[in-house]
Amino acid sequence: MQYAASGVATGCAFALVATGFVAIYRVTRVVNFAQGVFAVIAGMLAYTLLGQGVPHLLAEMLAVVAAGAVGVLIGLVAIGRRGTSPLASLIITLGLGIGSYAVLILIWGDQPISYDGFKGNLDVGGVTMQLQYVLVVLLTGLAFVALGLFFDHTYLGRGLTACSSNPRAARLVGIDVTRMGLVAFGLGGGLGGLAGVLLTPMQPVSFNSDVAIAISGFAAAIFGGLLRPGTALIGGLVLGVAEALVAGYGQASLQSGVALVIMLGIMIWQAGRRSIGTGEDTA
Amino acid sequence: MLDVHDLVVRYGAATALDGVSLRVDRGEMVALIGPNGAGKSTLLNTICGLLKPASGTFHLDGRVAQVPEGRQLFAEMSVEDNLRLGAWTIRERDPGRAYALFPPLLELRQRIAGTLSGGEQQMVAVGRALMAQPDLLAVDELSLGLAPMVVDDLAQHLVRLNRDKGMAVLLVEQNARLALELCPRAYVLEAGRIALTGSSQELADSPAVRAAYLGAALDEVV
Repeated sequence: MQYAASGVATGCAFALVATGFVAIYRVTRVVNFAQGVFAVIAGMLAYTLLGQGVPHLLAEMLAVVAAGAVGVLIGLVAIGRRGTSPLASLIITLGLGIGSYAVLILIWGDQPISYDGFKGNLDVGGVTMQLQYVLVVLLTGLAFVALGLFFDHTYLGRGLTACSSNPRAARLVGIDVTRMGLVAFGLGGGLGGLAGVLLTPMQPVSFNSDVAIAISGFAAAIFGGLLRPGTALIGGLVLGVAEALVAGYGQASLQSGVALVIMLGIMIWQAGRRSIGTGEDTA
Repeated sequence: MLDVHDLVVRYGAATALDGVSLRVDRGEMVALIGPNGAGKSTLLNTICGLLKPASGTFHLDGRVAQVPEGRQLFAEMSVEDNLRLGAWTIRERDPGRAYALFPPLLELRQRIAGTLSGGEQQMVAVGRALMAQPDLLAVDELSLGLAPMVVDDLAQHLVRLNRDKGMAVLLVEQNARLALELCPRAYVLEAGRIALTGSSQELADSPAVRAAYLGAALDEVV
């Protein structure tokens, strides 16, 4: 039960990373390989800010905003030049992700860092849960509701959806598709950042934690074919619990393997369905 | 209103438009006919700002909105969302204007655009373009894939928009008979050049147009 609770909490963080992937992919068709970096930067920045005496919540919020800004910057490099193909953009994000290691090590060193989240336990019907886990779940839920409202009920959100639905038509009605891509990158950065500040108290991050985070997030995202945030949430939760159980009852070092195996399984399953059901994709 | 002068547009090494000049006056309804691949859509996309000319100029006095070939709706989104997105560049986003022109759309406003019939989708496409409050409406293949009755109805809407609201219309059509019937003046675009221009009556009477676009060659032989 303890494992499951911690699994749900980390799963929420994965789901947030996954939604970042989805937000960016939907609008730009770019798989952002630097998605894990947002979480690492936000976690480390929050660590520094807290160390400087910035109060909780404010420190985390600043870190999330900063991660969003980093997202826009990465977006500018990756898709800012008109006519860059999604595949080229993907390689650019991969390069930026690896390049970020140098910057991260220069600023924060190569040792894992962590900070205290919310201390204390909550007793719900005989099950003791750490307050941090409860907070993570609540904030993730809030983030998903806010995202849903944003995409479905605001004009900007509808514009982003329009870019995903028909980029040609979006340009025709005057939507600047590149700028919308940058908005999506900013959003993806913020979501990754939120995952990072929530995750860091639960599992320390170091400069290269982004790979594990991105793999888990990507595995969760492809549950919904990289297009559906809701399915990404379910994917994140399944993955978080599975990883926690493996780590708890088996070996912690197998944790990332779980994400990879699940990811491969889904990809093979989806590929199989697509080629068999000629054109009739019920996903 | 629209003044295109010696326009050249290229896709890489291929020349799509090779020195096209064309004029649409305020409140005028002009047809642009020609075979597949002549460059009709290229011309529309250039004046709508989607393509950059290699040389030549065009001057546009006011706003232009396009009803694109194949409708190009936001298929997974509702009719109302489609209409509201048409007003992206202006402040007024109330879809009431589009409903006033096409009352059936009011009933369909919550429907997902991709699930509508072809005629209904074309209504949404025209409505979406009108949401931008254009001074010039550029319509690309209004009739493509639609039943004749549906086309007649949509065409009458365009004529009324032009007559009552003074909206200029540039109608690109493969259906030359329809285009020449609706518009008093027309251009014939062939292989990236304006091959003929004049009043629709003159063009419809010219043997070249009759043979190539109106399927009249056989009649004349008989």
